Amino acid sequence: MNNKIINRRNFIKGGFASTIVASQLKVTGVKAAGDFDHYPDSMGVLVDINRCVGCRSCEAACNKEQGLPEPEKPFNDYSVFDEIHHGRMERRTREDRYTVVNKYNVAEIDHPLFRKAQCNHCLEPACLTSCFVKAYSKTPEGAVIYNPDVCVGCRTCMIACPFYVPTFKYSSAFSPRIMKCIFCYDTRLKVGRPPACVEACPQEALIFGKRADLLDIARKRITNNSSKYVNHIYGEKEAGGTAWLYISPVEFSKVGFNTHISQEPIINFVRDFLSMVPMVLMIWPALFAGFHLLANRKDANSRHDNDHQEV
Amino acid sequence: MKLFTINKQELPIVDHFRPDGSKWTLKEKLLLGLTFQDYRKQFFRNPVNWVVIIIFLTGIPIIIERYVYGLASVTHSSNDYPWGLFLGFGLFGMVPLSASGFLLGTTVELFGRKDFHPIERLALLNGLLGYFFAVCFLLVDLGLPWRLPYPMFVSLGPAAVLFLVAWHVATYLSVQIAEVLPSFFEWIGWLKGKKVIRGMVLGLTIAGIILSTLHQGALGALFTYAPGKVHPLWLSANFQWLHFFCSSIFGGLSMVIVVSTLCKKFLAWRCDDHFLVSLDRLTLGLAKGCVFAMITYIAIKFAAIAHDKEWVYLLTGWGQYYLFEISLAVLLPMMLYVLAIRKGNATVARVAAIFAVLGILWNRINTCLVCFNWYMYREIPHWKEVAITITVYTAYIVTYRFILYRLPILYEWKGAK
Repeated sequence: MNNKIINRRNFIKGGFASTIVASQLKVTGVKAAGDFDHYPDSMGVLVDINRCVGCRSCEAACNKEQGLPEPEKPFNDYSVFDEIHHGRMERRTREDRYTVVNKYNVAEIDHPLFRKAQCNHCLEPACLTSCFVKAYSKTPEGAVIYNPDVCVGCRTCMIACPFYVPTFKYSSAFSPRIMKCIFCYDTRLKVGRPPACVEACPQEALIFGKRADLLDIARKRITNNSSKYVNHIYGEKEAGGTAWLYISPVEFSKVGFNTHISQEPIINFVRDFLSMVPMVLMIWPALFAGFHLLANRKDANSRHDNDHQEV
Repeated sequence: MKLFTINKQELPIVDHFRPDGSKWTLKEKLLLGLTFQDYRKQFFRNPVNWVVIIIFLTGIPIIIERYVYGLASVTHSSNDYPWGLFLGFGLFGMVPLSASGFLLGTTVELFGRKDFHPIERLALLNGLLGYFFAVCFLLVDLGLPWRLPYPMFVSLGPAAVLFLVAWHVATYLSVQIAEVLPSFFEWIGWLKGKKVIRGMVLGLTIAGIILSTLHQGALGALFTYAPGKVHPLWLSANFQWLHFFCSSIFGGLSMVIVVSTLCKKFLAWRCDDHFLVSLDRLTLGLAKGCVFAMITYIAIKFAAIAHDKEWVYLLTGWGQYYLFEISLAVLLPMMLYVLAIRKGNATVARVAAIFAVLGILWNRINTCLVCFNWYMYREIPHWKEVAITITVYTAYIVTYRFILYRLPILYEWKGAK
């Protein structure tokens, strides 16, 4: 109860400059939206699309680690790659799967390519900055985690995520929540262990490490095998940078990546509006009270000619 | 009801007392001065009520289904389209059409245009009910509706746009209740309460302007979180809040024209002469306001295209759809409004208002559903989602009518004020 009162008081100040409150409500260890510093030692995963063979071991490991239900078709059933959903062959994350592998046939390579998709754990996550109950936090280890105890179920995070990652447990009437990859934060990342999917990968297509080191490794692979890779690390700059990074033998757009994502974090598109808010709050009262005085004075002056009928 | 008002001299109720000096009880006021039998008779004679009964009988079980079995039972549970009809129509569509309250409040109370007084209360009520039912739509859509107060008191994320929307809609709803209360106080005869509100009216009006500017804009700004998802023609990071705010001006005014027209046609027994005589003149006055807002809106729509260098999109299929929307939803009603003002013909303005109101709804559904994920498949809402939307909207109409029948909104209270 006491806690609630403090929050309320904080808000009253916030009525005038909500941005100032953002810094006041900062919780240690987890940063609030608004002024987001990147964590220099945060971890990440490098995905090498050249090495992925589409065995789906990562999917199986994920469902097991996160306690997600067994899928209808077992993980060694590869017909899922050819399923068609909404006219596309790609599967997407769902409330019963945090990660999916999709198959892509490209003209320049004689075998299919596979791409694993999951939460990319952005450095400035759109889900976090769009959440009005602070259900999301970015941990110093690099994970974007979610707290179902405060979530209202508005699904703005799903609107905001440029990678279409968060999913909603629509099937639940009484405890619906957002379902998404949390980098195995609770069980592994917190104690320095790699996430379950990385550990399960038999091809070393996934490497776990400090994001800064992974960028070096990725760059080296690209320069040493320039014929095998396109010169781009997906996730280095996309949406302000992500903890998960990808390197690929073909243009990223051919293996299911959205290549139109801006290099700026999503919150930058919203800042224009947010900075306008305190100005309206402070200027409007005086401005419109002034209008009122002017209008009434005019009214007083023209009262004698009794011309209230004119429109 | 019309039959009764012709035959019985004391109806409709406009005073605390009958012509013979006896006092109306609250129960009699609620029954519109009819006996219970007469009230029931007129209720079932009205074909509109039969339609309402059918809609409720179909829709309410589906709403119960939604709360018992979850959103999955009534929607397509789309993770690609998290916001469907409940928000696209109910929140994003109804809120701009409810801007009327703050607009007429500003016109009459702040700018002192007392000539608009006969429709001020209708506009305020239209605002209050629109917001109230937008919140109802939100309660249907939220995954955990019982946590609605969380962003206010439990876990605050003040740097999010939705935080502004939540706080401003909540405070503005209170402001609007305060603005509509005087008519209620007159009706029950508690003048002290009315006097208190009267003293706050300027403050309430200015609060209304601030809150409306911000949350009408904030509803637009919500989409700036999805710069890659909404088609670029329907989204401009810099101008989006202005687009939504500016279109809410003519949306709200046009909605008042539509509602007042319906009142004049179907509720004439409840309107006083003051309202009926001045309505044509006021309709043209509102039409003028609409024209100014529409010109500004079209200008900033194209300013946004120029700013983001998106002219090339106009040559695509989406561009044609965009121009189609602008022409039918804004240009056409604008030209009709101009014609109406030129000819002094309120009927033309009323036709224009219907186009403008539908146009606002169309634009919001375009932004939220049709042009969202424009490079993907289109999401067609589940029929149960449509049924729930119609049911909640019907509840809105029924509540609206219930209040108009009774409170001094369309007529002036003859008793002590």
